[in-house]
Amino acid sequence: LSFFCLGPGAGQDVGRSCILVSIAGKNVMLDCGMHMGYNDDRRFPDFSYITQNGRLTDFLDCVIISHFHLDHCGALPYFSEMVGYDGPIYMTHPTKAICPILLEDYRKITVDKKGETNFFTSQMIKDCMKKVVAVHLHQTVQVDEELEIKAYYAGHVLGAAMFQIKVGCESVVYTGDYNMTPDRHLGAAWIDKCRPDLLISESTYATTIRDSKRCRERDFLKKVHETVERGGKVLIPVFALGRAQELCILLETFWERMNLKAPIYFSTGLTEKANHYYKLFITWTNQKIRKTFVQRNMFEFKHIKAFDRAFADNPGPMVVFATPGMLHAGQSLQIFRKWAGNEKNMVIMPGYCVQGTVGHKILSGQRKLEMEGRQILEVKMQVEYMSFSAHADAKGIMQLIRQAEPRNVLLVHGEAKKMEFLKQKIEQEFHVSCYMPANGETATIFTNPSIPVDISLGLLKRETAIGLLPDAKKPKLMHGTLIMKDNSFRLVSPEQALKELGLTEHQLRFTCRVHIQDPRKEHETVLRVYNHLKGVLKDYSVQHLPDGSITVESILIQATAHSEDQGTKVLLVSWTYQDEELGSYLTSLLKKGLPQSTS
Amino acid sequence: MAAHLKKRVYEEFTKVVQQQHEDLSAKKLRLTKPSKSAALHVDLCKATSPADALQYLLQFARKPVEVESVEGVVRILLEHYYKENDASVRLKIASLLGLLSKTAGFSPDCIMDDAINTLQNEKSHQVLAQLLDTLLVIGTKLTENPSVRMRLVEVACKHLTDSSHGVRNKCLQLIGCLGPVEKGVAKEAESQAAKDVQKIIGDHFNDQDPRVRTAAIKAMLQLHERGLKLQQAIYSQACKLLADDYEQVRSAAVQLIWVLSQLYPESIVPIPSSNEEIRLVDDAFGKICHMVSDGSWVVRVQAAKLLGSMQQVSSHFLEQTLDKKLMSDLRRKRTAHERAKELYSSGEFSSGRKWGDDAPKEEIDTGAVNLIESGACGAFVHGLEDEMYEVRIAAVEALCMLAQSSPSFAEKCLDFLVDMFNDEIEEVRLQSIHTMRKISNNITLREDQLDTVLAVLEDSSRDIREALHELLCCTNVSTKEGIHLALVELLKNLTKYPTDRESIWKCLKFLGSRHPTLVLPLVPELLSTHPFFDTPEPDMDDPAYIAVLVLIFNAAKSCPTMPALFSDHTFRHYAYLRDSLSHLVPPLRLPGRKLVSSPVSPSITPHEDPSQQFLHQSLERVYNLQHLDPQGIQELLEFTIRDLQRLGELQSELAGMADFTATYLQCQLLLIKALQEKLWNVAAPLYLKQNALASAAAKQILEETYKMEFMYSGVESRQVVIIHHMRLQAKALQLIVTARTTRGVEPLFGMCEKFLQEVDSFQRCFISELPHMQGSFVDKLLDLMPRLVTSKPSEVVKILQTTLRQSTFLHLPLPEQLHRATANIIEPTGESDNPLRFTSGLVVALDVDATLEHVQDPQGTVKVQVLYPDGQAQLIHPKPADFRNPGPGRHRLITQVYLSHTAWTEPCQIEVRLLLAYNSNRSKASAKIPKSTWSESLEALPQSENGIEGTIPLSKPVKVYIMPKPARR
Repeated sequence: LSFFCLGPGAGQDVGRSCILVSIAGKNVMLDCGMHMGYNDDRRFPDFSYITQNGRLTDFLDCVIISHFHLDHCGALPYFSEMVGYDGPIYMTHPTKAICPILLEDYRKITVDKKGETNFFTSQMIKDCMKKVVAVHLHQTVQVDEELEIKAYYAGHVLGAAMFQIKVGCESVVYTGDYNMTPDRHLGAAWIDKCRPDLLISESTYATTIRDSKRCRERDFLKKVHETVERGGKVLIPVFALGRAQELCILLETFWERMNLKAPIYFSTGLTEKANHYYKLFITWTNQKIRKTFVQRNMFEFKHIKAFDRAFADNPGPMVVFATPGMLHAGQSLQIFRKWAGNEKNMVIMPGYCVQGTVGHKILSGQRKLEMEGRQILEVKMQVEYMSFSAHADAKGIMQLIRQAEPRNVLLVHGEAKKMEFLKQKIEQEFHVSCYMPANGETATIFTNPSIPVDISLGLLKRETAIGLLPDAKKPKLMHGTLIMKDNSFRLVSPEQALKELGLTEHQLRFTCRVHIQDPRKEHETVLRVYNHLKGVLKDYSVQHLPDGSITVESILIQATAHSEDQGTKVLLVSWTYQDEELGSYLTSLLKKGLPQSTS
Repeated sequence: MAAHLKKRVYEEFTKVVQQQHEDLSAKKLRLTKPSKSAALHVDLCKATSPADALQYLLQFARKPVEVESVEGVVRILLEHYYKENDASVRLKIASLLGLLSKTAGFSPDCIMDDAINTLQNEKSHQVLAQLLDTLLVIGTKLTENPSVRMRLVEVACKHLTDSSHGVRNKCLQLIGCLGPVEKGVAKEAESQAAKDVQKIIGDHFNDQDPRVRTAAIKAMLQLHERGLKLQQAIYSQACKLLADDYEQVRSAAVQLIWVLSQLYPESIVPIPSSNEEIRLVDDAFGKICHMVSDGSWVVRVQAAKLLGSMQQVSSHFLEQTLDKKLMSDLRRKRTAHERAKELYSSGEFSSGRKWGDDAPKEEIDTGAVNLIESGACGAFVHGLEDEMYEVRIAAVEALCMLAQSSPSFAEKCLDFLVDMFNDEIEEVRLQSIHTMRKISNNITLREDQLDTVLAVLEDSSRDIREALHELLCCTNVSTKEGIHLALVELLKNLTKYPTDRESIWKCLKFLGSRHPTLVLPLVPELLSTHPFFDTPEPDMDDPAYIAVLVLIFNAAKSCPTMPALFSDHTFRHYAYLRDSLSHLVPPLRLPGRKLVSSPVSPSITPHEDPSQQFLHQSLERVYNLQHLDPQGIQELLEFTIRDLQRLGELQSELAGMADFTATYLQCQLLLIKALQEKLWNVAAPLYLKQNALASAAAKQILEETYKMEFMYSGVESRQVVIIHHMRLQAKALQLIVTARTTRGVEPLFGMCEKFLQEVDSFQRCFISELPHMQGSFVDKLLDLMPRLVTSKPSEVVKILQTTLRQSTFLHLPLPEQLHRATANIIEPTGESDNPLRFTSGLVVALDVDATLEHVQDPQGTVKVQVLYPDGQAQLIHPKPADFRNPGPGRHRLITQVYLSHTAWTEPCQIEVRLLLAYNSNRSKASAKIPKSTWSESLEALPQSENGIEGTIPLSKPVKVYIMPKPARR
């Protein structure tokens, strides 16, 4: 029995997550992401890899999507509609709600703006979503008779989940992206001690241990606060989902706490829609939001209003969240151009910027930017960088491994060099084997499956009653008969087995002769042997029977004089097969001879 | 006649009073007893099906059973128990047995044998478990009897091998609660079962059922609580349990490890997989720290809480808890805290962070990085960042406790605490501010930390701001820039939230007096004086200016060079403020001004307090001169009262005592005066005027006695007796006056009856105190009681009159500490000339802010009264949540009062005041006597003499100008 972890996409790379797992004959595809960096065929995973010929639906039992980021679900309509897959797709409720919005947005950008053809259509997204089955947290879903999946909370973004996939007694946990430290709007990932055979974990921050979030938050708030007090404007370029909501909550609560009056704006469109879903899925957020929502839903912002293009020219302080996050186009860039000239203003970049974008340029300290039409834009406003990331760091990954206690770990979704380090650490500290397959590589993991056997209640009770105290973790020796019949295993008592199979019982007896040098008479020898045994075997019942034999439990010992040599006595030891242990012990004991000093 | 009277008295008692019920209706009880058990017996015999029987038992369980009949009932139950085939009925019977043996006054040893016998033949596990539970109840009632305990433990041990977890659970519980604790007993008892309870329990640490494992650990903890010294060998077993699959086991194991670490802190344990050895407490600390990142939050809370109380842990382990090595791409990174510290020490301050500012520096040796340390590493870092606020609060509390005992740790954890000021949950923020205050002796704030701390001043929550002010009161600041920063921020706070005025001034007072040398260089700037030019005189009523002056004057107290920097108007302002805000502005030794009071107070206070002496002397004088002529007594009392009142004003710490005694003497004086009246000698109806005086005196005495009883904290039962005695005298006086002035005897019947009731209840309540009251009014009255009961009202009055005159003056013993409850309304100030306008018929909310001192249980007693000009009074009960408790004996009431009225033609003033509601139910005397008797009898009294029933005015009224406008059409 083995697992194949096949990485059409991910593996030792960030972006384009797509993993194929074969577990006990079932094939499951985990995530179906796209790569942001490519615009050609390489952006989608190569699904022909899965089956050379034959339909995907026949081969795959189900598809699981961990969360709505495009690098985890971007290729889904392509996969299901264009390549053709009709089986079930599992995702959590928030993911199901938000995923189509993002896909539609993505489609718009590629098709409408870049003018690409041969891309999936809106209708395809809709059709694809019809195949989706939504799951709740901790709900065990039976995909078919053998395969079951269960979702765990993963933090990261709204609706992100880790999935446990279980067939019989073998199981795999796939984490997707997760976050072990709570943030302002989401809680921390949690899993029970499910002891899976394999844990597939992301490892984006395999070599990083992050500082406390509080310092970052405080710095962020302080900067915003100072600028606003000075009368300056703050621009925060964000992507529509995830961090944007976290920062909104952060600012909203801060405004509330500090009783500030300056307006906060939020660019309309996608973000507004997304906020709507955050409002709905309050159970997926963190403790504070969940607890206070009875009084007020935290996502119904009091201080944050929708932005209008005209507001950018309003005098006085304000804070604006605008998309997109890297200042490469759209509203955020427009506002940036308007405000860049004033040194009272500030732009805060809350995340990483790709090389070539305006964001990257200003972060690396460039103060004069060349815009379209040969315009030179002088940047006088302050530029700040704040990193808010929602991936687990090295410590977090270790913590999750400690919680779940897997037998094997497999790292994906990270850079090879960094993974190497983490792999070494995992092996060193948990003594479990760790794998890190490259793209397209297959990792096979052998498991020791346990085989369930039915035991008859009578036998179980009888056997447990024999031992002194039932011990929780230690294996226990049991006597019984294993019947393998019709693909099922049963453990029954020997008598019952005999009865069922219509066999008669045969007894197997071992007999052994032990020679003892003893000049005395037979019955005296017997008495000596009896006393000796009684002295040694305190816990057993040793009896001297009137016919001159000794019994130890069910073992029979008889003494006769040797036919030739009267000084030698022959001890006949006889025991049944069941008492083999005690019997052989007795013989070896008797072979050592009797102690000399007997009275 | 009198017999009739007495009968009626008793009749009334039987109606309302429970205590009476017991001694009077004893006969009735005897009647019901047999019938009760018999009824049960009949019922159970009648029951045809188990369900029926169960119903009967359930009904039976609802009614209480008297002590005498318990045994009989138990016998009947047991009889049925043996007969019963249905397990559920047996279960109910078993549980009933347990309930019955709990009955107060019943000694269950007589049923123990039977209970143990029932165990023998029982097959059902549930019933067995319930029976063991019953035995536990019996055992806990008979803890003094070692042989009983022995036997029960033996029984429990026998059933430990049962296959049901419930039974094993109960057995372990039983052993835990009853197992022998003293070594001696264990030796005496030859039975092998009880030899080593610890071993027996320890064996079950590995039970297959998690519930049994938990029960085993709990039993062990129970033994520890009962004083058994646990063996160190358990430690390794407990450590294994920390990795259990079940959270309740882990949670209990953490506790056990903590207990062991407290028992054997210094013993040495080996570290597995190495040759090193460490102290047990350190090892345990490391293990518990590890549990702070457990999967279950219950365990995390438990672990974080316990960390706080492990003070013996070595310092390097302790400091590890705050350590978290950061890295980025395998290179060592400094934490924001370290960077901040470095910035600070390099002299640069608060540069904006650039991208790459936190760029990682040196390479890390990959082998050396330990991602999950087994030790204490970063436990608090994790705890403080936890998802659940319960864990965070526990972690903050633990930090606080550890920091209090270790100054170096306090210094280190400062950064983390400061970070917690920005937590998303207010409770956590508040808790961390309080923590910071508690450890403030050990720390000095750096400027950047102060900056973060001060940022919280803008918080919109009043509690947070006030906690922060308290914190600033006792913080050490390192530089003068720090002081300046604090002042600026506080002034900002003042402009944003003007209601914080008092608290900010107080805060600045302490800030000034703590850092005189740091304030000194700031003085010219703060007062905006100029070496050459005269600057305009600031506005004296500006709260911000007052704040600055408070800071400077308090600093100047211990810095004699400072006044030289003051300009003329500063001195004038000083004089003004010293008078108007004397609690904030200290006396200063100013050039050219004499100091009046300062040399007196500090020099004498240490040794024998003269004012205290004076108090006692003057009291003794009063008590000794019993038989002076009436005139003399009156004068002496008047003088003493005057002296005491003045003393109370001068010496604030004696104010409670002085006021209390003065009030008492005042009552006595009134009583004497009333008895001196001529009206006693003349025919009654002629002297209406004097009669008015006497009855007024009686009323006033009553009022004063209520004040004495309820307004002072620290009043003991000795005082309560005297107070009640005084009240009794006042009532006697009232009775006499009425008797004198009213014609006819009919109304007198009722009054006499009531009075006699009161005497009776007085006797019952204070029976233990009576010997101390020889020669007093009540003493004499009780002697005459038989006569009183049988005589006519007119005679009663006569007797009362003579006893009242002859009775001696009781000595009032003083308790150790006596404080008068006071209240002061801060908001509304009553100064506003702008009326509060609102539409008539609608409500307007009036913010009320008051400080209460020495009020016990303010949530239940303090009320707000609003008096409208038309005489209408409104009583408002503030919500319990409106009271905050900033310190011992102090309370703060911040609430909103809703006003409404019909339209007025012009604005008018309403009065707002605080009242202390008292209820004789809560009387201090009633604590030690059966409650109902006293309260019922008192409640029957007409108590409406006071303006409002059962309340004492607690604060001065404040006038608020309001104007309800007619609604516009």
